[in-house]
Amino acid sequence: MANHCNGNSGGAFKMPEIKFTKLFINGQFVDSVSGKTFETRDPRTGEVIAKVAEGDKEDVDLAVKAAREAFDHGKWPRMSGYERGRLMMKFADLIEEHIEELAMLDSLDAGKLLKMGKSMDIPHCANMLRYYAGAADKIHGETLKLSSQCQGYTLKEPIGVVGHIIPWNFPSTMFFLKVSPALAAGCTMVVKPAEQTPLSALYFAHLAKQAGIPDGTINVVNGFGATAGAALCSHMDVDKISFTGSTEVGRLVMEAAARSNLKPVSLELGGKSPIIIFDDADVDMAVDLAQKAIFYNKGEICVAGSRIYVQEGIYDEFVKKAAESAKGWVVGDPLDPDVHQGPQIDKKQFEKVLQYIEHGKREGATLLTGGKPCGEKGFYIEPTIFTDVKEDMKIAQDEIFGPVMSLMKFQTIEEAIEKANATRYGLAAGVLTKDLDIANRVSRSVRAGTIWINCYFAFDPDAPFGGFKMSGFGRDYGLNAIEKYLQVKSVVTPLYSSPWL
Amino acid sequence: MGSQCNGDEFEMPEIKIKFTKLFINGQFVDAISGKTFETRDPRTGEVIAYVAEGDKADVDVAVKAAREAFDHGKWPRMSGYERGRIMMKLADLIEQNIEELAILDSVDVGKLFSLNKIVDIPGTIHLLQYYAGAADKIHGETLKMSREFQGYTLKEPIGVVGHIIPWNFPSTMFFFKVSPALAAGCTMVVKPAEQSPLSALYYAHLAKQAGIPDGVLNVVTGFGPTAGAAICSHMDVDKVSFTGSAEVGRLVMEAAARSNLKSVSLELGGKSPIIIFDDADVDMAVDLANKAIFYNKGEICVAGSRIYVQEGIYDEFMKKAAEKAKKWVVGDPFNPQVHQGPQVDKKQFEKVLEYIEHGKKEGATILTGGRPCGDKGYYIEPTIFTDVKEDMSIAQDEIFGPVMSLMKFKTVEEAIEKANNTRYGLAAGIVTKDLNIANRVSRSIRAGIIWINCYFAFDVDCPFGGYKMSGFGRDMGMHAMDKYLQVKSVVTPIYGSPWL
Repeated sequence: MANHCNGNSGGAFKMPEIKFTKLFINGQFVDSVSGKTFETRDPRTGEVIAKVAEGDKEDVDLAVKAAREAFDHGKWPRMSGYERGRLMMKFADLIEEHIEELAMLDSLDAGKLLKMGKSMDIPHCANMLRYYAGAADKIHGETLKLSSQCQGYTLKEPIGVVGHIIPWNFPSTMFFLKVSPALAAGCTMVVKPAEQTPLSALYFAHLAKQAGIPDGTINVVNGFGATAGAALCSHMDVDKISFTGSTEVGRLVMEAAARSNLKPVSLELGGKSPIIIFDDADVDMAVDLAQKAIFYNKGEICVAGSRIYVQEGIYDEFVKKAAESAKGWVVGDPLDPDVHQGPQIDKKQFEKVLQYIEHGKREGATLLTGGKPCGEKGFYIEPTIFTDVKEDMKIAQDEIFGPVMSLMKFQTIEEAIEKANATRYGLAAGVLTKDLDIANRVSRSVRAGTIWINCYFAFDPDAPFGGFKMSGFGRDYGLNAIEKYLQVKSVVTPLYSSPWL
Repeated sequence: MGSQCNGDEFEMPEIKIKFTKLFINGQFVDAISGKTFETRDPRTGEVIAYVAEGDKADVDVAVKAAREAFDHGKWPRMSGYERGRIMMKLADLIEQNIEELAILDSVDVGKLFSLNKIVDIPGTIHLLQYYAGAADKIHGETLKMSREFQGYTLKEPIGVVGHIIPWNFPSTMFFFKVSPALAAGCTMVVKPAEQSPLSALYYAHLAKQAGIPDGVLNVVTGFGPTAGAAICSHMDVDKVSFTGSAEVGRLVMEAAARSNLKSVSLELGGKSPIIIFDDADVDMAVDLANKAIFYNKGEICVAGSRIYVQEGIYDEFMKKAAEKAKKWVVGDPFNPQVHQGPQVDKKQFEKVLEYIEHGKKEGATILTGGRPCGDKGYYIEPTIFTDVKEDMSIAQDEIFGPVMSLMKFKTVEEAIEKANNTRYGLAAGIVTKDLNIANRVSRSIRAGIIWINCYFAFDVDCPFGGYKMSGFGRDMGMHAMDKYLQVKSVVTPIYGSPWL
């Protein structure tokens, strides 16, 4: 079966110093008003890493007040886009100087692979900051073509104080996915990190201050969704909420916004993304792609390719190779560079995934490989593949958010499209084929926000990302992401004696 | 005073009500329950017609038709150009029926017949023609990926759209929403306001005549808590576009959140300020301000209901505004001499009068007007209050009637602060010749549209929508179509590309 599955890499590990554990409001690290703290745990062992200040409504009020002052009267929106970009570049440089420490925080907090943190996740944060830093001085409105003797133009104004509510699966990536375009737009903000992963956000706040981002522009209030998160969504002086997380909580965010001040929201929610593998695909490449699509980051990724549809011509070969390949997928200490998969983030997720595995067995799917927890400490689960999965089974419809693949067969392209779309979600999809017409037809027919052809997880700062259907609305990445933090203002004046219209 | 409020001699056109049933999947049908509701003429309060009353069951049938038309029908599968041709045909048909449509909105809602004929209905034609011409120009982008990948975005029609439209501009609002959604390739269910069901059904008839396929455009008349709520909560509607009050806007957004998390766009109320500086031409400013609040009997979301006049010209302005208001003729909307028809119904009529009483109780001074007009129907005199304080309800709440709050200011800073002292942010007017004042104030007022030395200068190419609690999302302009499109990114690895 999967393999190391032991608690940690022997006795050599020493818990690093956790430098930042307080709320960051108006440029200062402060205790919560209540004085309360909460624990954040290491999923390799379940033990406490640190106690972090627990923010609640009063702390959110202070943070929003600071952000409001910084927006209405402070320097940030009054700087040119170019100047904002320079400070964001400085911020990116500082992140690059602290890659190791930051990667370590996410590994300890979320069980993420340290090697990937250092080579991908944290450098990617710097890339995102730089992308949006370069966009900050290129935010354009339009002059219009009015049909009467009037001049009109649109201004793209920063929307104001933004609330960002971010999930625990990619604590650093998610932080900058949201903060970068909002900073570029000239907004000020309050970030509420997931309670499971409060640590790296506070370090980033510290670096933001070092970079010269004015006090009150970025505030970080750690705490729980039902308290701090809800306070942000219901706040009468927050102009916009950007949320990434589960569909259930997405509903609460939108409802709270509606009941308070009708602030617009953007939601990036769950997924049950299909990968459609046609007969002409290279089977080894396809097996490798599918495996990574579902087991990467222990399956804790919204775009996990959790439904794998393989055309019947290559199905048997695929099944055999997928089972073999999964055996080579190493589960163990995320600090160990030879490990492919760390622990699930916490006990709750761990139990939820195991429950889904039991559902799958009971509903009559066949367990091809894996299916069991791994090791005696922490929250490790074997990479798991089910075959003989029917479309209406829970494991085919619900987002499991763990290393559990549902492998299914199809005959025709129409069948594949229909099955791919038979979900309430619509976040991503993969298509494996060399045929131009199949690629074009299927990419247009699958109702999902991103279609990856002969690749997967091919994110890019310039490629818009977001959901169709119940995977949400609004786009992150790309220049369009900045639109979420801007408002369109039209300005119209009559003209006299213009030589053209 | 207001003025006529009587039946002067003029020629009344014949009122014909041809369409009173729901329009679903290309057919006029009764409501499943068989129920009907009354629509009344606000000139008299009397019933004009009985219209089919749609409820959840009818919405279900309509959504089903729209879903079939989208998932399997011709409309999204036509080219943008072909959709545009059919939309042009609909525009032509509307042009051939301007008079009948204008009559419907006047008798349903009390809007001026002459303005319907020369502004409102022709405006719908223009909207359709604009979006017909945009339908074949919907562009995604090819991207500049940072690795060896090709990426592009597709702007796909979002699917089945629900449009919930208000009663104050029944025709304009219908096409504000329907035109860009049609251009985008979507199918839709329209829920007109219960006060104004008639013209929507006529448009549905013309849509079919124009060749819009069955199921693409469905109209379910009925009430908000039943038919409207059913659309907002429907698990198979992909998007709701709403124009109306903030209170109902909340319900729309909540229902969307609780059902299938459909995206919504909301265009809500306003309490729009007009700031008139000392260098303004007083006569021009008085004329602009009066029209800004009394036009369409004040039943317009962007009504300029708070008029701030700089102290140097305040007294002259006040005197001239009162004189001008006295010349403003209130009477039968079919009379071409009349400037202002009746409020839309009893409820609105009473609400406006209540606000006038509030204003008096709170200590504002009535400069002119303040009373109902005539013994039948829902007519109210054009009303101006002075000595209004910022925190009075007549300065904070949207009255939606012909009630102006006139206030004085000294400095630019004060004007900006007062203008922004509202939970709304829909529009604002600035009257000045000074370039720097115009630029500074237009950037400082938090509202979605700023009219400098003009008001109500709407244009099909000019985005329109709210800041703050006036809502989010924009109508008109090319970007209105974005509401009915979804961005899909398509990414493929590339090999041997000579450039990146």
